[in-house]
Amino acid sequence: MRILSLAGRRLAASIPTLVLILIGVFLLLQFAPGDTVDAMMAQMGGGDAATARELRRFYGLDLSVPAQLGNYLWRLIRLDLGFSSIYGKPVATVILERLPPTILLMTASLSFAFFFGLVFGVIAARQFNKWPDTLISTLGLIFYATPSFWFGLMAIVVFSIYLQWLPAGGFEDIGAVQSGVFRILDIARHLILPTLTLGLIFLAIYLRIMRASMLEVLNLDFVRTARAKGLDETRVVTRHVLRNAMLPMVTLIGLQAGTMLGGSVVVESVFSLPGLGRLAYESVIQRDLNTLLGIVFVSALLVIVVNFIVDLLYARLDPRISMEG
Amino acid sequence: MDLTRLDISRRTALLTSAAIAANVVNPLRAFAQETPRKGGVFNVHYGAEQRQLNPSIQASTGVYIIGGKIQENLVDLDANGQPVGVLAESWEASPDGKTVTFKLRKGISWHDGKPFTSDDVAFTAMQMWKKILNYGSTLQLFLTSVDTPDPQTAIFRYERPMPLNLLLRALPDLGYVSAKHLYENGDIRQNPTNLAPVGTGPFKFVKYERGQYIIADRNPDYWRPNAPYLDRIVWRVITDRAAAAAQMEAGELHYSPFSGLTISDMARLSKDKRFTVSTRGNEGNARTNTLEFNFRRKELSDIRVRQAIAHAINVPFFIDNFLGEFARIGTGPIPSTSTDFYPGPNTPQYTYDKTKAAALLDEAGFKPGAGGTRFSLRLLPAPWGEDISLWSTFIQQSLSEVGIPVEIVRNDGGGFLKQVYDEHAFDLATGWHQYRNDPAVSTTVWYRSGQPKGAPWTNQWGWDDARVDKTIDDAATEIDPVKRKALYAEFDKAVTTELPVWMPIEQIFVTVITAKARNHSNTPRWGSTSWHDLWLSA
Repeated sequence: MRILSLAGRRLAASIPTLVLILIGVFLLLQFAPGDTVDAMMAQMGGGDAATARELRRFYGLDLSVPAQLGNYLWRLIRLDLGFSSIYGKPVATVILERLPPTILLMTASLSFAFFFGLVFGVIAARQFNKWPDTLISTLGLIFYATPSFWFGLMAIVVFSIYLQWLPAGGFEDIGAVQSGVFRILDIARHLILPTLTLGLIFLAIYLRIMRASMLEVLNLDFVRTARAKGLDETRVVTRHVLRNAMLPMVTLIGLQAGTMLGGSVVVESVFSLPGLGRLAYESVIQRDLNTLLGIVFVSALLVIVVNFIVDLLYARLDPRISMEG
Repeated sequence: MDLTRLDISRRTALLTSAAIAANVVNPLRAFAQETPRKGGVFNVHYGAEQRQLNPSIQASTGVYIIGGKIQENLVDLDANGQPVGVLAESWEASPDGKTVTFKLRKGISWHDGKPFTSDDVAFTAMQMWKKILNYGSTLQLFLTSVDTPDPQTAIFRYERPMPLNLLLRALPDLGYVSAKHLYENGDIRQNPTNLAPVGTGPFKFVKYERGQYIIADRNPDYWRPNAPYLDRIVWRVITDRAAAAAQMEAGELHYSPFSGLTISDMARLSKDKRFTVSTRGNEGNARTNTLEFNFRRKELSDIRVRQAIAHAINVPFFIDNFLGEFARIGTGPIPSTSTDFYPGPNTPQYTYDKTKAAALLDEAGFKPGAGGTRFSLRLLPAPWGEDISLWSTFIQQSLSEVGIPVEIVRNDGGGFLKQVYDEHAFDLATGWHQYRNDPAVSTTVWYRSGQPKGAPWTNQWGWDDARVDKTIDDAATEIDPVKRKALYAEFDKAVTTELPVWMPIEQIFVTVITAKARNHSNTPRWGSTSWHDLWLSA
């Protein structure tokens, strides 16, 4: 119950932020030259003025900017995200269709980065300044410095073209209609390369943070106490150090859940995945205001939820931090 | 490297492999005797998703590449670029050019089983081609009615003479028919059929997953005997060009149409035996690179300045070093692929000559000032195609050498059209002029005065010329093909002299297709056609 009321309060506090973000994006898009009809003309390769006028009326663009904004906010109050001009469907439907691949990709690569970042960070810290540390740190730096589109393309060249182990793109196999476990396995196979590509860059960050945080905690007094009372090294690390060193990692997850939604545009394009990042990109290019605002809305909600969960985790990891604080 | 040679060598390779397979002495005969194989899935690269798939209401290659397999047109072009009947069996124009009668093929039905009749043609022409279809609304401006005396006859009545050769060259693109019974109620644009098209074509629509793929299956009741050969076509949505090239190599794609890959990937794959890389089959989709002048800038309204700018840019050098085998020098707005209208290269041409450029600029009164600068310009490049981006940088560098610093202002598609064709906020603009088989369909709007403000790809230069306007108007209603061709030659000469828009480079889209494909690229607009005879060898 306490959690629920806390969640309620958090959400209420987020509403003004959300409204400000939406108005900001709406106005920013008004500054971009051209509207969705210009974008459509660009795509069609031509059209006459009468057609353009007709289309503007069709999409409700003949109204003034404040009237359009007012309409939008009024619809939002009634939980109606509006109609997408490029997809010809309600925005909510469009986003729901795109949400599963994004969430799958995001959780998979975050978990990958978190888990391996943790493991390698611990190893590097324990072998401080020995060869495993140097190797891990160098690799981390290389992963961090490499652009993700290049990583993705190289992964395709190696694993799809030369070795032919994994598919080069797409979310699932279109040729065969699959169901149940086979479909899950098929989707998983398609997600291996994108997950690695997106995850490796984040892995580098987690690894560095974990290493630094481990080194710091290892030097604290209570660790010396633990060692002095005769605990073996593994127990010291797992029961005493790890838990305390995890806090910065959890903070980072909260921060990155938001960036990962936007940051996946590149990976989604390279691997032809139908995710939210690409949808947002297309909406900007096509000036599809409703869809873009819808995505901003959903992303903002997602970030709020993730941060809430992070706060809960804090309290669990470190009882000194109270949820009420 | 020259492309025809490239294509031949590819074909020779095919012949050789066919000869080995058939184990006969004469490779040519072996190729000719190869029997079409039924079956197979054909995977197509789909780069930019459109908002809908019905070619009756949107004329663009992005729609034809899918909708053109599901719906059919009245007329298409044959291997020699001549009109050939599809849904129409024959046609006839009245001597005054004001009526055109189409006889339709019998026994054709829509994919939902309802019969195809002249009512469908009349409905599509009046409600879609005339009212909604881009380019169509201009072409059919003077269409007053379509009469249907019987289910196999459609009589098009025009207020002014409609040249039959114009109509027949326009209809392959602008003549796709939709089913009246699916569209007669409600708003045509919002009709759900637009995203799940129903047609008479060789392939039936199955499924569209936005952002992922579109599937169409073989139509077992198709009217052409023994067609089609393929079981299924899958269009895969891949926005990243490099990723599409990788999928071609991984064998997950068979065909990337309309220069869908990067120039360097196309050049690389052309050396790979598994693919055919060629401009063949795209002759009907020729385009020219433009340099558009804004006459509201007083410097640019001087013809000597426009000529000087043209003389200052080394076009052959640019083509050789940046576009390579995929482009050639253009001579004017009507490209050399247009067999019916190309006036030859005898129009005024602007060879690279920096001294002459400088002299012309001096003569016009724009002598170099402080730091050698005469005046500066803003250049807006269109965002489609890497060639435009390269071309704009090349223009910038060339003009800086004759004392004209150029600032490049980049926009996305919507922004570019708005700023150039509506707000006129440019000095120079560059993009593509896409030629659609007849100058009256795609080209004269670039020069005819009186275009409504904001209409993209039209004369928004602030330039008008009564003589050119008259030639354009005369040609549009001239029903004698020989006189029409002469009028367009006159037009071409006038506009390359006046130079409101300079079109110095000619390009044809490049196709990358698997070497297993047969009967491909055999018509001038092959990527858009129905693919009823396409098959894949084992």
